[in-house]
Amino acid sequence: MLHFSRVSYRVNGREILRDLSFEVDQGQTLVLLGRSGSGKTTALKMVNALLTPSSGEVLVEGRATSAWNPIELRRRIGYVIQETGLFPHFTVAANVGVVPRLNGWPEEKIAARVDQLLTRVGLPPGDFGSRYPRELSGGQRQRVGVARALAADPPILLFDEPFGALDPVTRHEVRREFTALARDLGKTTLFVTHDVREALELGDRIGLLAGGRLEELLPADEFKRAQSPEAQAFLACLADP
Amino acid sequence: MRPGLAQDIFDLTSEHLVLVLTAMVIACAIGVPMGILLTRRAAWRTPVLGIANILQTIPSLALFGFLIPLPFIGGIGPRTAVVALVIYALLPILRNTLAGILGVDAAVRESATAMGMTPAQILRQVELPLASRTILAGIRIATVTTIGTATIAAAIGGGGLGVFIFRGVASVDTVQILAGAVPAALIALISDGGLGWLERKLAT
Repeated sequence: MLHFSRVSYRVNGREILRDLSFEVDQGQTLVLLGRSGSGKTTALKMVNALLTPSSGEVLVEGRATSAWNPIELRRRIGYVIQETGLFPHFTVAANVGVVPRLNGWPEEKIAARVDQLLTRVGLPPGDFGSRYPRELSGGQRQRVGVARALAADPPILLFDEPFGALDPVTRHEVRREFTALARDLGKTTLFVTHDVREALELGDRIGLLAGGRLEELLPADEFKRAQSPEAQAFLACLADP
Repeated sequence: MRPGLAQDIFDLTSEHLVLVLTAMVIACAIGVPMGILLTRRAAWRTPVLGIANILQTIPSLALFGFLIPLPFIGGIGPRTAVVALVIYALLPILRNTLAGILGVDAAVRESATAMGMTPAQILRQVELPLASRTILAGIRIATVTTIGTATIAAAIGGGGLGVFIFRGVASVDTVQILAGAVPAALIALISDGGLGWLERKLAT
């Protein structure tokens, strides 16, 4: 479904990603775990062609991203980022309906879909649909972000530390709901985080990035026994309360 | 008040409004698209804004004078005046269009791109609406300035309320000067208020 084949990325002679190869199977969630600057966000942005590999290629549904029409490719991929990127001048309902509207769905179908999704992420549409993003809390905005990414039912989802800016309690709540949602939907998901707990909770597999290289690529339940120094450094975080 | 003054005020005010409106429509038609273009061509920003800045620093009376000998756009009369007014109005419109669009939150632009919006869709549905307040603020500044500067158009036969002012200065007639200055000030205040109201309405 998603395939990185020897992907490298350089900016001004600096290597951000080096020889990255991995696959994400249909319906699986791969978590890319790493510190800030490890290259995980860069890798994520190559899937929806926001960035282009310097060498190697990223295959989406068997086709290199460079061979896709970027607009078409992006409409098949839901994207959720920490800052949410919600349109401040659109209501919640309009924000969630962006991609269906771009795809030319009839208005009734969009409205039904928006209601369904807002309900699914725990925001009663009658209450929240007509609000603006600035009238929401951080956790609510992030839920809208997730609903928006799911709107056109894309087969692939990308998450870039979506819960990073939330307080610990909200973060825990949203994550738990999200885990249930992800399981139900069976989307192919690439999830970027620096939080090892989040990685263990959400990932079918975990890829550990350090300095632009893939240090580990293991099923989530085996990751706890990983021996590399970087993996140990992350696992040490689990000891903290 | 001498007879016919009221009629003169009305006529010259109308002339003045036509000068200002024509200049502003042209300045917006050039400035907004050019500002948008500059957001896409980072390398052009410094030279284009530099030129607009230099044009802005030419004393207005001198600029009107410079334009007279030029073919097509020059000569005596309102056409030359409009050209000069457009040149002055351009900078604030250009600068605010650029600033407004570049000021759109990078995360918003990125998510618009990532959702598969085309550059034209991003411009129309995201960038322009979010920049509209800033762009309008530029248009407001340009309008108020143009209303004042347009009084100098009379020096090159462009008509407008400046006719009163120049006549009044030449004949040391305060009433004439006021007959030009007061309506010009009123137009400026009303435009400023009206465009300011529109700006607040656009606040999201």
